[in-house]
Amino acid sequence: MKNIIDINIYQLLAAYVFIVILLLIVRKRGIKREKEILISSIRMTFQLIIMGFVLVYIINNQSALFTLLIFIFMEVFSVYNIYKRSKVELNLKIKKAVAISMATGSLISLLYFLFIIIRIDPWYDPRYFIPIAGMLIGNSMTGVALGVNKLVDDIKKRKDEIEMALMLGATPKMAVKEIIDNTFDSAILPTINSMVGMGIVFLPGMMTGQILSGTSPLTAIKYQIAIMLGILGCVAITVILFLQLGYKTYFNEEAQLMVE
Amino acid sequence: MFKLEFVKYKNILDIDYLEIQGDKITCIVGESGSGKTTLLRLLNKLISPDKGEIYFMERTLKEWDTIELRRRITMLPQNPIMFNGNIRDNLLIGLKLSEKPLVKDEKLKEILELVNLNKVLDEPTQNLSGGEKQRLAIGRILLLDCDVYLLDEPTSALDEGTEVKVMNSVVEYIKSKNKTLIVVTHSKRIASSFGEKVVEIFDGKVKV
Ligand SMILES: Nc1ncnc2c1ncn2[C@@H]1O[C@H](COP(=O)(O)OP(=O)(O)O)[C@@H](O)[C@H]1O
Ligand SMILES: [Mg+2]
Repeated sequence: MKNIIDINIYQLLAAYVFIVILLLIVRKRGIKREKEILISSIRMTFQLIIMGFVLVYIINNQSALFTLLIFIFMEVFSVYNIYKRSKVELNLKIKKAVAISMATGSLISLLYFLFIIIRIDPWYDPRYFIPIAGMLIGNSMTGVALGVNKLVDDIKKRKDEIEMALMLGATPKMAVKEIIDNTFDSAILPTINSMVGMGIVFLPGMMTGQILSGTSPLTAIKYQIAIMLGILGCVAITVILFLQLGYKTYFNEEAQLMVE
Repeated sequence: MFKLEFVKYKNILDIDYLEIQGDKITCIVGESGSGKTTLLRLLNKLISPDKGEIYFMERTLKEWDTIELRRRITMLPQNPIMFNGNIRDNLLIGLKLSEKPLVKDEKLKEILELVNLNKVLDEPTQNLSGGEKQRLAIGRILLLDCDVYLLDEPTSALDEGTEVKVMNSVVEYIKSKNKTLIVVTHSKRIASSFGEKVVEIFDGKVKV
């Protein structure tokens, strides 16, 4: 590896000048965002510092157990985050659908990515397992969060339409088909759009990181292409799983719509 | 055709006994909020009673497969919704949703004429008036060829002249096919001129 410039603590502190500039701007203009800016910069700093130490430890003491614990932690955190960020009231059944689809969908994609595409060895190698799991789970989280909001919202808003289809003799699946299709589309659209700008203006974080640390840009690009495709697939699988499980929670076994 | 025994739904409906014959046109009348729509929804199995039994052809609704039942007993809601697309799409959607074979344009035109809607099949539905949408929705359900038609205030947005015309041809059509018609209406005139049996609902109960 070529020399990587490590930045010392003073250099790092100098980067906080950007936050100071931002704070000055909002204060001068009277925009009430100082608290959020401060809190998020502090949170970001501490979360990353902790993560850094955890990663150093885990990479130095590689073990299947640590890797799995981190993986489970990421899953739980992402599911919890979907619940918390949801703008609509989620009942227990929908929450279950979120958890099952996140866990199943990201696990399938992750296994395929790590063992068929990259073929890591040992299987729990944290340098690959953890960042890739993080990217897949993080993007699925965003997709499912969009999907939950829209599904719950649309079923309530379009209740009469669904019931009319049922009255005519449609199965629940047919009655919600359009809602499911639209929701799927809007949940994966941000991921599709993010591929378009890739490499032109915007060098994705993982690739930038690899290049900075001395990896050949060509290798970095191969990883980036693979991870983009993996992310897209993972988002699609988790979202469609969620929608399939999710709409069913609104119907009982008599094919009656259960919306108050 | 239908028999209701000690049927209770929330505190909305409470019917000790009601029989609806298949070969007679039944009109259900009653004040707004008395429970007419709820009764139709029960017959369509869109909701189930909390207590009591509803029989259709000697079998309880519970025993019937819900989807099959709704394809035999189809309901037209009070405020029918138009789906995206033109008149043709909106007529065919009922057949698609109930997985019945689609029909040719000639048949669709016949139906439009029957419900007194003088429009071309390619016309988009968003420009239709409330009354036109209502007639289109009646046409949509007539195409389905089911055993029982449950119509919830099907002509509420029509003027008197059109209302009678449409009801006349709907009744004639359904009778000619030997099917059952149950109509909720708040129009005394419709009930007295078309109802061979009139059921009055008052505050969730059948008035005798
Ligand atoms: N899903 C429901 N939950 C609670 N109350 C309802 C529901 N649907 C209707 N109601 C109430 O039940 C009563 C009967 O309603 P409905 O059957 O629509 O009457 P109608 O069709 O005769 O006007 C009304 O007071 C209505 O507000
Ligand atoms: Mg009503």
